[in-house]
Amino acid sequence: MEFDHILIRYGEMALKGKNIKQFINQLQQNVQQKVKDFPNVKVKRTQGRMFVLLNGNEPEPIMEKCKKIFGIQSLSLAIKVDNEVEKVKEAALYALKQEESVNTFKVSVKRINKDFPVRSQEMNQVLGGHLLSKTEGITVDVHNPDVEVKVEIRKEATYITSGVTRGLGGLPVGTSGKSLLLLSGGIDSPVAGFLAMKRGVEIEAIHFHSPPYTSERAKQKVLDLAKQLTKFGKSIKVHIVPFTKLQQEIFREMPDAYAMTIMRRMMFRISEEVCKKEGILSLTTGENLGQVASQTMDSMHTINEVTNYPIIRPLVTMDKQEVINISHDIGTYETSILPYEDCCTIFVPKSPKTKPKRDKVNYYESTYDFSPSIQEALEGIETTKITDKTLDSFSDLL
Amino acid sequence: MIYLDNSATTRPDPSVLESFNQVTTQYYGNPSSIHQFGGLAEKLLISAKTQAADLLHVDKEEIIFTSGGTEGNNIAIKGIALEHQNRGKHIITTEIEHPSIYEACEGLKKLGFEITYLPVNEQGIISLQDLKNAIREDTILISIMHVNNEVGSIQPIEAIGEIAKQHPKLFFHVDDVQGLGKVPLNLKKHGIDLCTYSGHKIHGLKGTGMLYVNRRIKLFPLFHGGSQELNLRSGTENLAGIVAMVKALRLIKEKEKNEVSKMYELQQYIIQEVKKIDCVAVNTPEKAAPHIVNISVPGVKPEVIIHMLGEKDIFISTKSACSSKLKDESKVLAACGFKADRSTSALRISLSYDNTMEEIKTFITELKWAINEFKQALE
Repeated sequence: MEFDHILIRYGEMALKGKNIKQFINQLQQNVQQKVKDFPNVKVKRTQGRMFVLLNGNEPEPIMEKCKKIFGIQSLSLAIKVDNEVEKVKEAALYALKQEESVNTFKVSVKRINKDFPVRSQEMNQVLGGHLLSKTEGITVDVHNPDVEVKVEIRKEATYITSGVTRGLGGLPVGTSGKSLLLLSGGIDSPVAGFLAMKRGVEIEAIHFHSPPYTSERAKQKVLDLAKQLTKFGKSIKVHIVPFTKLQQEIFREMPDAYAMTIMRRMMFRISEEVCKKEGILSLTTGENLGQVASQTMDSMHTINEVTNYPIIRPLVTMDKQEVINISHDIGTYETSILPYEDCCTIFVPKSPKTKPKRDKVNYYESTYDFSPSIQEALEGIETTKITDKTLDSFSDLL
Repeated sequence: MIYLDNSATTRPDPSVLESFNQVTTQYYGNPSSIHQFGGLAEKLLISAKTQAADLLHVDKEEIIFTSGGTEGNNIAIKGIALEHQNRGKHIITTEIEHPSIYEACEGLKKLGFEITYLPVNEQGIISLQDLKNAIREDTILISIMHVNNEVGSIQPIEAIGEIAKQHPKLFFHVDDVQGLGKVPLNLKKHGIDLCTYSGHKIHGLKGTGMLYVNRRIKLFPLFHGGSQELNLRSGTENLAGIVAMVKALRLIKEKEKNEVSKMYELQQYIIQEVKKIDCVAVNTPEKAAPHIVNISVPGVKPEVIIHMLGEKDIFISTKSACSSKLKDESKVLAACGFKADRSTSALRISLSYDNTMEEIKTFITELKWAINEFKQALE
């Protein structure tokens, strides 16, 4: 006896009224994409349910993949057996035994197939009795059980599940349009990307690279972070902007205290151009209110002036620790803290302005023509498509 | 040559050696060096780690590259003991572990630790009740091998994991050097906190190994230094060896999926044929790993058989290579309850996925011949 499929439940999506079909289709597509490497695994839908048929594959690795898909409320491993009482008993016992630290359980039978000879109530008792007699130290609790063994007797077969694993919730990636994530390589921006994806947003990423001040490894780190994010969604295009010249000019020509603000404005300008080119309608950043000099209210006000594209700032009101916790959960923390310089850390002015003013910045910017360097940066953009399989040039060695 | 001593070590896979050569000639930079050439080596190291983690279904931050099984076992046992000794100084293991577990535990005794060695039955399996009884308030570690290296018995790791889970204060280490690529093991599901692997048992190279360490676990490192391997194992990484091992891991995982039944067939054939030989007793239990057959020929000195077969270019071993030098008796067979006539006359045949039925048939013929010769000489 073995779990032979995974039952997928979608929560909030059920509320989406007329659009529900589109949401569910996207979810099915996303699930299919994630499990396509496992031989013979199929994703099916029947009557408001989605199933992943394991067809002989180990359930855990597939479960792990599915746990990272947005739009899923919860998942359960399930067994399908013929509509025979003895087989259902055996499967129910197996399902119960797979659960850890169980003291109490209850059985819930749904008899959708009225041809099945035993009625639901009676079947509850038959199964409950069987489970009690075959286990030790476990009792029935119908109100607050540790495990609910669910049995659905349908026309074609009976399905048995026990445990419930929480999914990530949210909406299927691909249902809310696209956003361009400013990915620096720190702790915050990957988390911001993750949270945008949670609302169904598909992302592309942009990174500002300043060799030789920042190394190849800093760039690699960004690609690695993007790859980690693909586990929660689709492949991600990463746009690497050669930023050295523009950055040098800013720090040479602009007053020290305003250099950081102006640099951020340049990043937004360039990002907006990339959006236009790629048909993207918003930016996503890891900005957080009051964290560092460039992230005060004044600073945001001044930087935001250069674009009227919506800016998604999922972290804006979070505490640092909350962000770190998510970063651990999604597996980006270890990569984020690798100690390579990025373009924001290398040119840190001695005393950046914490309350930069729009009029002053505009005045300073008007004293120098940055447009050739902006143009040059835009033209030098290298775009890499990262998928969850992107290995690197080493796959032949390994 | 017919090589049937694959539990001692295996022939490095040619494609694995190719990777080794390529890495050691082209990517010899130090992964910790800050320049681009070092960066390339670091990138390769991370790729290798990611692949290993994917193949073992764990996170890449949970893999430590080591120099082999002995080191992995030592880091696990001593690392837990030294880090968590304030919590308790009691360790539970079995009577049939590899010497790198046994001796590490004996060493810890000198530092005031208490060790419980669980006995095994004739099938080489511990009793779960014994384990439950042995767990105390101050137990900090259970260390139990998955597949025994001499007889091939498989411990009920899943059930042991369930017991360990009920005691959140203790850690559970598994020595899976012999099981890797032959008997599946689910690290996360079975509540395993640490697990030791070796490269040269899976057609990688000597001097390579891996230790799985669940990310929530702290260990006291045995090697302090330049903070490599998450600070748990300092020392410049043996990148070529690591890449070779991870490739070997990928290859053996494929074989485990597709060819393990063929290996079981060879094993069953050996068992069935040696049973027909007068006075040969099979020590390997019925439910065993596919690659090990342990037999005894009471009254016949095993070394003589080894040398007679050796002259025919057939290589098998007595007990495990690691303890063969110690004394005549197999500790493992004695622990299984076999009397001296059997525990001092054991031979171990261990297979790889490369062995063929033809080789096995030749081996059986020559074994019969050798035993016969030996007996006639005595008469």
